[in-house]
Amino acid sequence: MKNSAKRWGALGERWLLLSAVVLVIITVAIILFIAQRGLATFFVHKVSPLEFFFSTLWRPDRTAAEGGPRLGIASFIVGSVLVTGLAVLMAAPLSILTAFFIVEIAPGIGRRLIQPAVEILAGIPSVVYGWVGLSLLVPFLRSRFGGTGFSVLAGALVLSVMITPTIVSVACEAIRSFPREGKEAALALGSTRWQTLRWVVFPAVLPGLITAVILGMARAFGEALAVQMVIGNTHTLPRSLLDQTITLTSGITLDMGYTIMGTAWNSALWTMALVLLLMSLAFILISRAVTRRGVLK
Amino acid sequence: MHQSTLWRRYRTIAAVMTAFLLLVAGCVPGPRRGQPVPGELSGSIIVAGSTAMQGLVDEAAAEFMLQHKNVQITVQGGGSGTGLSQLQQGAIDIANSDVFAEEKEGIDASKLVDHRVAVVGFAAIVHPANPVDSLTKDDLIRIFTGEVTNWRELGGQDERIVIINRPRGSGTRSIFRRIALKDHEEIEGITQEASGTVRQMVAQLPGAISYLALPYLDGSVKPLQLNKISPTAENIANDKYPLWSYEHMYTRGQPSGVAKAFLDYILSDKTQEQLVKAAGYIPIADMKVTKQPPGRDAS
Repeated sequence: MKNSAKRWGALGERWLLLSAVVLVIITVAIILFIAQRGLATFFVHKVSPLEFFFSTLWRPDRTAAEGGPRLGIASFIVGSVLVTGLAVLMAAPLSILTAFFIVEIAPGIGRRLIQPAVEILAGIPSVVYGWVGLSLLVPFLRSRFGGTGFSVLAGALVLSVMITPTIVSVACEAIRSFPREGKEAALALGSTRWQTLRWVVFPAVLPGLITAVILGMARAFGEALAVQMVIGNTHTLPRSLLDQTITLTSGITLDMGYTIMGTAWNSALWTMALVLLLMSLAFILISRAVTRRGVLK
Repeated sequence: MHQSTLWRRYRTIAAVMTAFLLLVAGCVPGPRRGQPVPGELSGSIIVAGSTAMQGLVDEAAAEFMLQHKNVQITVQGGGSGTGLSQLQQGAIDIANSDVFAEEKEGIDASKLVDHRVAVVGFAAIVHPANPVDSLTKDDLIRIFTGEVTNWRELGGQDERIVIINRPRGSGTRSIFRRIALKDHEEIEGITQEASGTVRQMVAQLPGAISYLALPYLDGSVKPLQLNKISPTAENIANDKYPLWSYEHMYTRGQPSGVAKAFLDYILSDKTQEQLVKAAGYIPIADMKVTKQPPGRDAS
């Protein structure tokens, strides 16, 4: 009996090791593949990195007779950063206040009602968000502000709803991790509940809150479908919040079916994928650094 | 004792992983269904490419497989460019394309064989309430190059013109640009990937103008006449209405076996008259004119 358990246990551990190794191999392979494809833009097609990152001129289908393709992705980058930034500005305060309410003010209905409700938002597929945005939000913005309704603002609003559950869940965990004794000590010293939250709990869990916001930001940066449906996808820099623009992700999904492997256009899309990959890597590193600095582990 | 609790914990994970592996193994094509009868057609092919053609080809494949029990045809989308490049690499057997292979940068068209299976018409489309019924090519050029920005200048209401493009590289866009815009470069406008989304947007925006393949018309948007000629099957068949293109199915070299039988099936009178017409396309045999790939002498 004992022998067989031992044997099965060893076998089980081997399974776990195998899965971990497979996962690492897959990750490394994907990164290498994207890097190899993406760097071809500069090394094979000889596009100047300066033009690539700082020009907004996107004429990937221009024939050699007309002077060859022009590949400038500045409008994609600015679009992504702008929409993500706006979405986080709108979602972060709301989400963090909600998280405090759920954990500290109304733990009963918070845990049983509000948190599950918020988490349902996380389970809605992004195409549904995009569709609702296209059918409700865009016409609303059009009737309210004029223009077409397709805008940076529409993209940011849709994204802000999408990243709210991420920020709320992570922030809730961070706030819950604050030890009960700390709060009791603060209350025993005569602090009101508000003072305890504001001056004891909040500073202590701040790194956790920042991590929550960064994770939300990473989600927003990588979202493609929903944004693509409401942002208008114009390869120009927006002049106002009601202007259309394009993001890195929507640029890739928009063009990828039409390009041929190995062409400059196709490589440019891979380079955009590489930029996205490096950005998400940066988000992960930042959130890890913040967590490590935190008072609470 | 400790080992066995450990195992109990691992057991579920191991079971899930095994199930996953079995699932993966199940996806690898196993032996064909049924016993191959000598002389009967058997084998499997993959068809991929144009999403616009996917529905039509999918339906034809389903009917074809009903008649030939030992044949497996997989139809995928991916876009015309993806289909052609996968065909060139030998990853698939037939590539569906809305455009001539000659028009695609990076494709060696001389190695591919073109099978024109249907004709599809396109129309400039506007909001249903737009009073404009017909435009000339010059009107369209002036609109899409940004020279005209208000419908008032074209006999319509005082409404700003909103251009909605398909992505660069889309077959619909390149055909519209080549034939209707005489290769003029469009100004930047809203870009939408799918024909269905374009239709929804034009139906919503009073000032919108875009272009759509005729099978996508459903009454929610208004197709425009070009030089007062309506985009009907008859006008396309005798080339009075010029905005049309072939739907191609490319093979690498001359097709054989299942691929050949399937192409013959699609080009058969029955499929052309029923399936192709029902899907909103024009049977290839109805055409009284032909078009040559661009770059060669046009007829």
